[in-house]
Amino acid sequence: MASEIRDIIINGLWKQNPGIVQILGMCPTLAVSSSLVNGLSLGLATTLVMALANTAAAIVSRLVPQAVRIPIYILIIATLVTMVDLLMHAYVLQLYLVLGIYIPLIVVNCIVLARVEAYASKHGIFHSFLDGLMMGLGLSLVLAALGGLREIFGKGLLLSGLDLAFGPAANAYVIHVLPNYQGLLLAILPPGAFIGLGLLIAARNRIEHIRAQPARTTNLQPETA
Amino acid sequence: MSEYVRNIKLTALALFGFSIVGAFLLAGTNDLTWPAIEKSERDAKIKLIAQVLPAGSYDNDLVKSTRVLPADPLLGLRKPAEYYPAELAGKTTAVVLEAIAPDGYAGEIKLLVGIRPDGQLTGVRVTSHNETPGLGDYIDIAKSRWILQFNGKSLINPQPDDWKVKKDGGKFDYMTGATISPRAVVKAVKNALSYFAQHKAELLAQEVNHGK
Repeated sequence: MASEIRDIIINGLWKQNPGIVQILGMCPTLAVSSSLVNGLSLGLATTLVMALANTAAAIVSRLVPQAVRIPIYILIIATLVTMVDLLMHAYVLQLYLVLGIYIPLIVVNCIVLARVEAYASKHGIFHSFLDGLMMGLGLSLVLAALGGLREIFGKGLLLSGLDLAFGPAANAYVIHVLPNYQGLLLAILPPGAFIGLGLLIAARNRIEHIRAQPARTTNLQPETA
Repeated sequence: MSEYVRNIKLTALALFGFSIVGAFLLAGTNDLTWPAIEKSERDAKIKLIAQVLPAGSYDNDLVKSTRVLPADPLLGLRKPAEYYPAELAGKTTAVVLEAIAPDGYAGEIKLLVGIRPDGQLTGVRVTSHNETPGLGDYIDIAKSRWILQFNGKSLINPQPDDWKVKKDGGKFDYMTGATISPRAVVKAVKNALSYFAQHKAELLAQEVNHGK
């Protein structure tokens, strides 16, 4: 039980990370990762929807006929996203002003449907909830890293746009990482998203490669000796 | 065969059931949240309109007194938009028009233009645009104070021939590297002023009718 939970966490955050391993849900990922605040905001909104959708799908999985499971899952996801959208607009306006434009995008994010279909339809309620939460957090990390990278190279700033959520006072938190930086427009425009994502995937592969290396050499040594 | 038909019926029933539940959930949430959402949208709109009006220059409900502005090429409008009269103690102090600059660098630039009855601008704001981030987006008040130079300007100040950016021999500042966006805004504001001059009677007269 405990190891299963650990597996879910590790899969979501690293081994099966939706952003840089499964490469799912790229459309919103590439479109809104132009700054750290944007990336993290979309990531957290997606996390909320994924956790809810996985939980709902796990609850009703026995009622869903095999032949029409995809339309029903899409129906569930779309209903949840719209409800989250309305509730946030009504009760947490400040947050909605930042996240609002991204929330409808989540319906078309295939990672949500992918987890519902591949995991929640076959597992228990708690595990499904945890899987949605962890996959969402994994995606959030990638979005935040990509957004942060593009923001630093594009504008020399970090945390710009925070004032949308916390008022003009939050402008004091904007970090000028590279003072007097002219800005690199390429990083802000769409190609920057592709290049940045490529670099993140490469970095992850490199880390995995290095981690795998010692194991292989110790295995090989007795053979060569 | 009956097994097959039964299967189809169950599938259809499940799909139907989920749709009904989904529809009710959405309807319920909508009913629950509607008053709060409507209020916040009104507040946001008032805040936007109030930006182009001097503080304390009106005491009417700007959203309630909204009126229809017919589509007009001078305003860049292809379909009817809205305008908002500002009144203080029953007297019109300014009109806020919606206008569109169709020739931005990346599509349309939407504007709110506040004009006093004597033809002076009380303020201009960009409400939506797609100009290049970091280059042309200084027309947005969130990025720079550029748009504030329109305050107090009118068709006789500067002269109509000077309603251009300085690069084109006019009187309006711009930033090097991005002249298309400010050029489009200057032109659209000038056109809005011309529209106001031509339709002044109707724009202000409707006030009186409304008062009755």
